[in-house]
Amino acid sequence: MEERHETTLKSICYHCGEDLPEVTYQLEDKDFCCAGCKGVYQILSENNLCNYYTYNQNPGQRFKHESRLEYLDEQSIITQLIDYKGNDSSIVTFYIPAIHCSSCIWLLEHLYKINPAIFSSRIDFIRKQVTITFNHEEISLRHLVETLIQVGYEPLISLQDVVKEHQKGLDKSLILKIAVAGFLMGNVMLFSFPEYFGLSGFEKQFQRLFGWLNFAFAIPAAFYCGKDYFISAITSIKHKHINLDTPLALIIAVLFLRTAFEIIFSTGPGFADTLTGLVFLLLMGKWLKQRTYNHISFDRDYRSYFPIAVTTLSDGKEKPVSINEVKIGDRLWIRNGELVPADAILMKGDAWMDMSFVTGESEPIHKVLGEIIYAGGRQTGEAIELEVIKPVSQSYLTGLWIHEHYKNDVQKHNFNDSIAKYFSIGVFVIAFSATAYWLFQQDSHKAWSAFTAVIIVACPCVLALSTPFTLSAILSVFDKKGFYVKNTDAVEQLAKCDTLVFDKTGTLTTTKNAAVSFHGLISDLEKKIVASLFRNSSHPLSRHILKELNIKEFFPVKNYLETPGKGLSGLVTGLNVYAGSLSSMLKATGHQPVGGVHIVIDDVYIGNFGVEQEWRSGLNTLMSSLNTSFDLKVLSGDTNKDEQRLRKIFPEETVIKFRQSPHQKLEAILNLQASQKTVMMLGDGLNDAGALKQSDFGIAITDDINNFTPGCDAILKGDSLGLLPNFIGLSKAGIKIIKASFFIATLYNSIGIYYAVQGTLYPLVAAVLMPVSTVTIICFTTFATRILARKNKLL
Amino acid sequence: MNILYFLVGCSVLMALIFLGAFIWAAKTGQNDDVYTPGVRILFDDEVTEEKSEEDHFSS
Repeated sequence: MEERHETTLKSICYHCGEDLPEVTYQLEDKDFCCAGCKGVYQILSENNLCNYYTYNQNPGQRFKHESRLEYLDEQSIITQLIDYKGNDSSIVTFYIPAIHCSSCIWLLEHLYKINPAIFSSRIDFIRKQVTITFNHEEISLRHLVETLIQVGYEPLISLQDVVKEHQKGLDKSLILKIAVAGFLMGNVMLFSFPEYFGLSGFEKQFQRLFGWLNFAFAIPAAFYCGKDYFISAITSIKHKHINLDTPLALIIAVLFLRTAFEIIFSTGPGFADTLTGLVFLLLMGKWLKQRTYNHISFDRDYRSYFPIAVTTLSDGKEKPVSINEVKIGDRLWIRNGELVPADAILMKGDAWMDMSFVTGESEPIHKVLGEIIYAGGRQTGEAIELEVIKPVSQSYLTGLWIHEHYKNDVQKHNFNDSIAKYFSIGVFVIAFSATAYWLFQQDSHKAWSAFTAVIIVACPCVLALSTPFTLSAILSVFDKKGFYVKNTDAVEQLAKCDTLVFDKTGTLTTTKNAAVSFHGLISDLEKKIVASLFRNSSHPLSRHILKELNIKEFFPVKNYLETPGKGLSGLVTGLNVYAGSLSSMLKATGHQPVGGVHIVIDDVYIGNFGVEQEWRSGLNTLMSSLNTSFDLKVLSGDTNKDEQRLRKIFPEETVIKFRQSPHQKLEAILNLQASQKTVMMLGDGLNDAGALKQSDFGIAITDDINNFTPGCDAILKGDSLGLLPNFIGLSKAGIKIIKASFFIATLYNSIGIYYAVQGTLYPLVAAVLMPVSTVTIICFTTFATRILARKNKLL
Repeated sequence: MNILYFLVGCSVLMALIFLGAFIWAAKTGQNDDVYTPGVRILFDDEVTEEKSEEDHFSS
């Protein structure tokens, strides 16, 4: 058993599990794919941490690149990052995207073995965060991050602090209110039971005690747990409109006042049971509504793509500076793979900008000296020098986020708030006419009790509950199919959409697979030679081509050289082989400069590998099924090279626009909204960010849920795109369920009102009617959602 | 039946203690991460080979 175990491991790296290259790195009869993996193993074995490899096989991740960490020595940045600083210990929390298995938890919680200056480290697995307590006298923050990188866990430190955003989102007061309300409800129910079953003679002596106890419990229920309803009701009345909280606050107030009167003047048992039960259920509904995915962030903007610091040059010296402090006229020093954080002019160096963040175009663009480089471009190649012409917060790209047009939540009207107005008017009409009738009959006591009873019975509690229950049930159905919607309000928004706008790159195409095509003639031997060269590179293009070539045997490669952003070269079987971009080829060949990977063997131009993103499967069926009920549109940032293909996928009348800048996409959404359309936008990158935010329902499509996605209302896994009509169908069905449950609630209320207007509502009827109607509604919404989910083929 | 007065007091007091325990747990963040502790408890203790270390452990 043990032996077999070894042989299966031989062909893959012991640390990361990737295929072994020709030249392996060995240590203690274990094979590694690269120096990075070997280095991690070495550190772990030196520190007695090899348990890391026993919990999971090949738990590590391949080493990516070296990051520059000088900025972590800057005091201003350190204070920005650190949570707490004491006399000799500091606490810091990092977001580490590489956390993925139990080995990660084990290793990161044993960091103290590597460096004793680290006191303790705690992992939050779901949020992929580690909180480290360390002695800042003995280990600097930079050294700490270096230690993490050494063991293969590089923290992601960006301008928008993921960790701090999470902490801001946590609101514990609602949980505390629910706990208190549950406690109050349980106790009040207990003391109300004797009343429900009827009191025998000697139990009567307890009646007053139970009454006063119930009254005591009703006070915190109304004024602590129900506080938010009063606040919300008062603000909405000040703004002269009525939301659902207004009638709810009125009911809580009436229930409390009647309980207080009945207990103090000992005229009856009061309604403390109804009051506490109502408050508890309302808070539960509120909690369901607020619940969201705590491991997915929906509010990201450009800041999560930007680093926290950038290298500036002053008097020829490099100095890391916090991005917020970059001023106009500063000289920036951008190395290979680094991002330009502000609009700037190219002063020195050969700039090849990968603008895919901004435009969606993946081919690097060559910039000449004196040209403006917009923020968001990523340099591929040698280091360049730039002069800043606009501060970070006012650049072309960041302008997308401070656009004044953005929809605000006040405009979003949900079903509940629109019906609350009519509901409240109806209740008041019934309540006042009942009072008027009894006053006319000269029975002021009955008038008072009829008025309060109508308000108590006509409780829109069901309204407040059916929406969160239905929509959160729908959320969990979506969740299982890879569609993560921000919150329950967003589901209502989804149901209203009538226009769908698609982005092309990354949305209709997938980043997971690529279609590789070769232009030119290549022999089998040459294929083998080229594959041997590509095998040494970890660049995604090399990996895609290697997969396509499908070669099993390889030649050894000498003098291997990889120039970032340009290409590979090496000596294979005595032949000089080059693979890379046309512009950086050693000798001019006279071919037209086209994208892709060009191959030259011994000064002879062989041909060109075109690597194109593959279209997602099932697009034709998806579009034809969507076309029946939606307006479809395509906004692409790319050139029109794929127009033929897109025309085949989409129905004839579809508007397809190319070369759309992020701002043009935003404008297009605004124009659609101006013509009374409810727009759903599907996009993936920063170039869609403005449109995603402005649209009524923005969906970010991603192939890996842990990747950064721009701010949106929902995140959809690429594989589930085909289910989009089903998702929309279920959300529409959900709205119907809510309306049906409103009808059921009205039936129950009519029974209650029948007794209430006569002034004969006994607390027991109210106490029974409310939970019965609530249970009916919860059962109805749950079952109806399941049945309709099955009908939409989502279960 | 006067004992009931005492018992009612007891029951309210007990319930208050549990409520207090929950509030304390929620405020100190014990419910923030409900996944990781379940994994953490499954890790074995270190098996150390050197004898001197073992002595150290048992003491």
